[in-house]
Amino acid sequence: MPDESVEVINTKIWRETPEADNPFAAAECFCSGYDVYGDLLKNASFIDYLYLLFKLEPPNSQQSALLEGLAIALANSGPRDHSVRAAMNAGVGGSTHASALIAALSVGAGNLGGAREVFHAIEYWQHCNTSLEEWQQLIKNPPQEGRVDVWLPMEHAPGFDSNGMSCPTPVKQTLAHLAEVGQAPYLIWLQENRQQLEAYADCPLAFSGVAAAAFYDLGFLPEQAEMLYLLLRLPGAAVHSLEQEKLGWRKYPFFANSFKLNS
Amino acid sequence: MPVHSKLEMFEDNWQTSIGGWFPSDKVILRGKDVFTELNDKPWMEYLLYAATGKESPKIARLMEAMWVICTSFPDPRIWNNRVSALAGTARSTGALAAAASVAVTEATIYGLKPIKGATDFLYRADQLLAEGESLEQIVKAEIKQFRSVFGYGRPIVGADERVKPMMDFARSIGCGNGKLVKLAFEIEEYLSGTRLKYKINIAAVCAALLADEGLSPMDFYHMATLAFTAGAMPCFIDTCNQQEGCFLPLRTSRLKYTGVEQVKKWRR
Repeated sequence: MPDESVEVINTKIWRETPEADNPFAAAECFCSGYDVYGDLLKNASFIDYLYLLFKLEPPNSQQSALLEGLAIALANSGPRDHSVRAAMNAGVGGSTHASALIAALSVGAGNLGGAREVFHAIEYWQHCNTSLEEWQQLIKNPPQEGRVDVWLPMEHAPGFDSNGMSCPTPVKQTLAHLAEVGQAPYLIWLQENRQQLEAYADCPLAFSGVAAAAFYDLGFLPEQAEMLYLLLRLPGAAVHSLEQEKLGWRKYPFFANSFKLNS
Repeated sequence: MPVHSKLEMFEDNWQTSIGGWFPSDKVILRGKDVFTELNDKPWMEYLLYAATGKESPKIARLMEAMWVICTSFPDPRIWNNRVSALAGTARSTGALAAAASVAVTEATIYGLKPIKGATDFLYRADQLLAEGESLEQIVKAEIKQFRSVFGYGRPIVGADERVKPMMDFARSIGCGNGKLVKLAFEIEEYLSGTRLKYKINIAAVCAALLADEGLSPMDFYHMATLAFTAGAMPCFIDTCNQQEGCFLPLRTSRLKYTGVEQVKKWRR
């Protein structure tokens, strides 16, 4: 057995007991006190387990419905989405399947429609809550970092689509559904004040904005929401990449005539 | 309803002066023909030109030395390298290992954030000094606002063994005597006398050396992104060449559980 000086991994999430014949194999695994393979496997839904992993407590029925709805809304952004396109580029070239997801994560991590935007949008929620005046001020005078970071500064109000014209129907449908099933006060407030906020941002609400409000209603921290947003958007990247892998590069846009090199 | 979009003008219309491939003909990078004008450049000079547009054998040589001396320790205990070692022991691929290690290198306590941050700090400090602030004021304000100063202090150990060999090399090619290098060491002198006792680390040294050659924080960041791969790859190869799964295995008792002890029953 390891002695006191042995380095350990500290965790509040996970406990294991060893198999009698192998200390390197777990016989029982507990997540925040719940027996994962003896209990959760048979009795919990995937969404509830996902919530438990992040929050270390089970969701109530509204929270469960809200996260479920959000997971469906985010599961596939469609093949025009930047992160899905990244994954398809792995597919058409015959790259490893892991690289397709790495590509989707890398591109889908960013400030425009990506997980970093959700991170910042939740910071806005933390600052403004349901004060329209605060939202107006923060959008008008966004926070300045003071020193450079590996992330580039935001170029638009987080949660809004700087290239949009009006709020797309699927965004409005998602907002309405999540507000209803989650009985979620911030989503309800967002629905009621969407047009005013869009006027402040000078562009329409985006999926990232709905997701941020949902995560805020669920009590997720910005970094937890950033991770979950990355995770929940991967299914679409996976299936579109696999589809294009089968079809091959000849049937995928190369943009042969869309490129102009200026001198 | 009129159809209009902010993106319409960009549809099938990507205009660039960075470069491109003209099939069966040529490749252009920043206005130069790769096959005829850039074909004899060492790879580091090519990367420097690609990333910054600068053509400087001296900067490329300085950068190359940084990659060798400062960023590619073949030790699988270092976190970014450990990712490659784990990829090897789990029998993943070399490219996936490298991709993960490069991504992980964008860290706060080492790697790309200090590299970019230290360059930015030295430029800001130099500007503030020119505006009349004292070094003490500048450093104190940085610590008060950010609780750290990129380029100073180091996890695991205090002093940075890379500083002397890097400075020795820099001086051997005529670098290391510039204004920002001098400033970087003046900041160390101040910080080492405070209760923090921070010493300069290699990020500030490299940042200062390159800033004195005119590189911006973004230039250095772009150039340094791949700098750690020569440390990660041997760690991947090493674990690939040994028994699968044998890289520093953990028994269940190595998890120190600090959560609720009570076993709970899931409600349906």
